[in-house]
Amino acid sequence: MKLTLKVWRQKNGSTPGELKTYPADHVSPDMSFLEMLDEVNQALIMQGEDPIAFDHDCREGICGMCSLMINGVAHGPKEAITTCQLHMRSFKDGETITIEPWRAKPFPIIKDLVVDRESFDRIIQAGGFISASTGSAPDGNAIPVAKPDADKSMDAAACIGCGACAAACPNGSAMLFTAAKVAHLGHLPQGQAERHQRVVNMVATQDAEGFGNCTNIGECAAVCPKEISLDTIAMLNRDLVIAALKGIEPVVK
Amino acid sequence: MSKPKQETKTRTGTRTMEFVASLDSKQPSGPIEQRWDKHRFEMKLVNPANRRRYTVIVVGSGLAGGAAAATLGEQGYNVKCFCYQDSPRRAHSIAAQGGINAAKNYRNDGDSIYRLFYDTVKGGDFRARESNVYRLAQVSVNIIDQCVAQGVPFAREYGGYLDNRSFGGAQVSRTFYARGQTGQQLLLGAYQALERQIAAGSVKMFSRTEMLDLVVVDGRARGIITRDMVTGKIERHVADAVVLATGGYGNVFYLSTNAKGCNTTAIWRAHRKGAFFGNPCFTQIHPTCIPVTGDHQSKLTLMSESLRNDGRIWVPKKKGDSRPASQIPEGERDYYLEERYPSFGNLVPRDVASRNAKHVCDQGRGVGSSGLGVYLDFADSIKRLGKPKIVERYGNLFDMYAQITGEDPYETPMRIYPAIHYTMGGLWVDYNLMSTIPGLFVAGEANFSDHGANRLGASALMQGLADGYFVLPYTIANFLAQIKPGGLDTSDAAFAQAEAEVAGRTQKLLKLKGEHTVDSFHRELGKIMWDECGMARNEAGLRKALKRIPELRSEFWENVRVPGEGGELNQELEKAGRVADFLELGELMCMDALTRAESCGGHFREESQTEDGEALRDDENCAFVSAWAFTGNLSKPELHKEPLEFEYVKPSQRSYK
Ligand SMILES: Cc1cc2nc3c(=O)[nH]c(=O)nc-3n(C[C@H](O)[C@H](O)[C@H](O)COP(=O)(O)OP(=O)(O)OC[C@H]3O[C@@H](n4cnc5c(N)ncnc54)[C@H](O)[C@@H]3O)c2cc1C
Ligand code: SF4
Ligand code: FES
Repeated sequence: MKLTLKVWRQKNGSTPGELKTYPADHVSPDMSFLEMLDEVNQALIMQGEDPIAFDHDCREGICGMCSLMINGVAHGPKEAITTCQLHMRSFKDGETITIEPWRAKPFPIIKDLVVDRESFDRIIQAGGFISASTGSAPDGNAIPVAKPDADKSMDAAACIGCGACAAACPNGSAMLFTAAKVAHLGHLPQGQAERHQRVVNMVATQDAEGFGNCTNIGECAAVCPKEISLDTIAMLNRDLVIAALKGIEPVVK
Repeated sequence: MSKPKQETKTRTGTRTMEFVASLDSKQPSGPIEQRWDKHRFEMKLVNPANRRRYTVIVVGSGLAGGAAAATLGEQGYNVKCFCYQDSPRRAHSIAAQGGINAAKNYRNDGDSIYRLFYDTVKGGDFRARESNVYRLAQVSVNIIDQCVAQGVPFAREYGGYLDNRSFGGAQVSRTFYARGQTGQQLLLGAYQALERQIAAGSVKMFSRTEMLDLVVVDGRARGIITRDMVTGKIERHVADAVVLATGGYGNVFYLSTNAKGCNTTAIWRAHRKGAFFGNPCFTQIHPTCIPVTGDHQSKLTLMSESLRNDGRIWVPKKKGDSRPASQIPEGERDYYLEERYPSFGNLVPRDVASRNAKHVCDQGRGVGSSGLGVYLDFADSIKRLGKPKIVERYGNLFDMYAQITGEDPYETPMRIYPAIHYTMGGLWVDYNLMSTIPGLFVAGEANFSDHGANRLGASALMQGLADGYFVLPYTIANFLAQIKPGGLDTSDAAFAQAEAEVAGRTQKLLKLKGEHTVDSFHRELGKIMWDECGMARNEAGLRKALKRIPELRSEFWENVRVPGEGGELNQELEKAGRVADFLELGELMCMDALTRAESCGGHFREESQTEDGEALRDDENCAFVSAWAFTGNLSKPELHKEPLEFEYVKPSQRSYK
């Protein structure tokens, strides 16, 4: 296959970027999208040019490191997979593909297609955990968890923290990411003690980081590679209401 | 503080390069079930009020590093944690699918701490230290409790209790799991505990920061040199103790199931600074991976071993038979594992399944365009159980396979081939997980400890968390209690020198502007390692590799092309540094494989096999851990041996016929 790539190139956070065009002439349909970029990079290096920087690590859809807006869609045209799981057979010979980084204010660009997602870690720091120090735990079977609850918790816990939701959201909201953690812990008996303080703190931090408000557009769930459900956002909103009724204020450092 | 004993004397023997040393493993004495308790009682403690004054560096945020950093933070130490990804949550532990073992005996099916200990020692083909393995089995039960408390959503039965599945190498059901994402969920548990400590101020996290050297002052590990991967800044960090939990080095083979960034740099640099390297040649090859499709291939994807429960493995009987699977009649198929191993069939251990796949492909009977593949066929199971049952059991794996290969495994058999998956070798550590450099601790896949020559499925997650949550917090305290905190800052000459070395290396790489990319060197090294030090090894091949690797290394240092500059995000520079270290480690692995003239576990020396082609151990001469010391000359490392004694599990020939 022969393709034309339009790739966002930006030297660093303080220099403006632009789309540049590159040919990709030896593309096999068996290649993954990132392997296709690898090949383009090998050629760029041999031509004495700077290769395209992009984030990746596991290349099997679980670490959440890869990103990329492919023709305007986070993680590309196929549903429920990450960019690293996308294969070139999903494209047609001769096609032009536009590749851009995640764009959201709290994800500043570091270089080319690489962005800084530490704001997600700070949302977790605000309360995305159960305070159970090592050694304090009772026997694993001392706290039975009804299977439907365990399953719902696991559905939400599948989030890989990739940031596609925030990148796809017209408001730049991280609500699906935050809600996934709130639902993961909120469906478990162990997560109850901190449940309401958690949601208040996490949402306040999300706002402080500069993520936008959620207006239920649903773009996030449409691109989410782990199919995190909008139900998690409904759960988050219910928890917020209860927290407000209880008069719980955010405690954010 | 005692120095580790490293007596080295030359032994007049038949082999060259041979030394006998007594590496002090510091194993406690007494009945095995009491050793850890006794040791815990005897170890010294640090008063809670004093802990803040001690700084501990933890390199790595996977299960081992994440658990250790969080726990040390909770206990009040001043912790600095490092990882090369943009968030500690992305460490490669995240990719583990299958599960984690623990001797809970919730199934009442005869499991016990002793049985898990026994299975692990036997599964490791009698090349692990009994005391360590016993402790691992003991603390396995605490791990599950801890993870449940943190909110790890383990699979549950309808009554609400924890579910278990069975895994290779065991006759009991002791594997806990969270769908096909066990590693992810365990890591998120550790990550969340870590983030809680970061918020509390006890842990300072350095993401996108790569350790490039260890700093040793007066014989003690006192800090590290790092490169900020965003700004390129080379930095110094001082501490009272350093933990390396940097994962495995399977990427020395270029293609493996590891994440692209997995590297040996941290442990290799520490090795060069005096830490002995244990059993470098012990690598594990996983039998069920998706075959390579072409030269563009950048990594290999594992398909869960559980598939072998219902899939039947076969190749055509005829060489070079290029008919599609559906047109090969039953009588012309060779179900070679069922044939050869009637009692275990398709469920033989990983090493046996892998070697047999290689064997039939070497005979020219492999399938797929490359000829490097065997069929894993579900047609019979679909007939017997119905498609819905197969969808329920393996739906996500079948989808993943279809996504990668473009083939529908419900219609045509899957093609699989073995791939490098795990490294049992790593830095040598004593019972306290301390390396031969005082103050340098090594945990998780990065150390050589508990798995001997072969790791059982679902035991790496167990070991990482055991080390991080339940072993290091005690043994590090014991070490710190015997030293005064601080007393050194980064202006010390040793830091300046280490920093200058790192900066010099980086500059050298950038200046070369050679003719070949980093990847091209990495691929070539990978091919040498796979051909000569992979699934089967022999003297001639290893000698060939030992000649070729140093040549390739010199070519690299003359002719590699690293574009860009040092003071910015430069992914080629990062790769170049890692490949430079792999080019050194590869040679040591081949040397180790050559020295160990027996076959054991994942190490199959063709010269040492039984009449019917099975691995043949040599307990008389090879019941030792090889611990290699760096001498300054990469081609002449020094071999030390820690003899292994088996007081409880008596070595026997593994048989799966
Ligand atoms: C596909 C796959 C499936 C698996 N499935 C299972 C399973 O089902 N059950 C099981 O028990 N085991 C399984 N394993 C093995 C197991 O996942 C690993 O052995 C284990 O998770 C390793 O954990 P770790 O903490 O030692 O290292 P890792 O999780 O690899 O973490 C390494 C850490 O070190 C950091 N690091 C590395 N180098 C540097 C450096 N130079 N500077 C700074 N930081 C650095 C990384 O950023 C990372 O944070 C699987 C492995 C793979 C590849
Ligand atoms: S919710 Fe989905 S899209 Fe958002 S970070 Fe998690 S996995 Fe990615
Ligand atoms: S590289 Fe890990 S999810 Fe894509």
